[in-house]
Amino acid sequence: MRAALVTRPIDVAAMIAEVADPSCGAASVFLGTVRNVNDGRQVTGIEYKAYEPMAVREIGGILSRARDRFGIEHIVVEHRLGFLELGEVSIAIVAAHPHRQAAMDATRYAIEEIKKKVPIWKLEHYADGSREWVDPTRAADDAPQPGPVAEVVG
Amino acid sequence: MAGEVEVKALLFASYADAYGSGEVRLLLPVGSTVGDAVDAVRAKSPTAIPARPLVALNERYATLDDALSSGDEVALIPPVAGG
Repeated sequence: MRAALVTRPIDVAAMIAEVADPSCGAASVFLGTVRNVNDGRQVTGIEYKAYEPMAVREIGGILSRARDRFGIEHIVVEHRLGFLELGEVSIAIVAAHPHRQAAMDATRYAIEEIKKKVPIWKLEHYADGSREWVDPTRAADDAPQPGPVAEVVG
Repeated sequence: MAGEVEVKALLFASYADAYGSGEVRLLLPVGSTVGDAVDAVRAKSPTAIPARPLVALNERYATLDDALSSGDEVALIPPVAGG
């Protein structure tokens, strides 16, 4: 298990190699990429920032819970920080398991939890030159909405 | 100083922009809580930072009622948007 914040392009092939294990018959990959539109506005790029030590700690906790829930021993997450162009990979989650169901469940669980709980923010840059911090509690988004505070605490 | 605790408050994203800085040192009376630190920060930017934001104490999610000690790091966490 490994969680990292990186400022270089994410090397997905290296992450797949990292989780490879002869006992595993499945590797599941989730990639988050920079989209060209959000909430009806033309996006030209996204700048990611994090409360770095807490973000690494929180992702690590999510991976530990993924291990407990799905029996996943081989799972790695890299989240990129800084300015990303359209189409670039902002997050990659790779999980390997003897069977596909657990591998896929673990990657899905990890991305949903990361979106809800990890202190990372994105400053969208728009075609008209303006910039705005994304607030998933306000904007229409395809991501699940964060729960109440009590659900996040602990 | 006797009778006070010194803590560091961190602000991020929209909160940092509103406050004009990502970090501030606060001197608060002994017995102060995370919520008191939030109030002290909001005294400068009352509209841009909600009265009950998500908070962390020493890199872990916390509640506004948690007590502060000198050297603590309080973070005011805007709605997260990673991924």
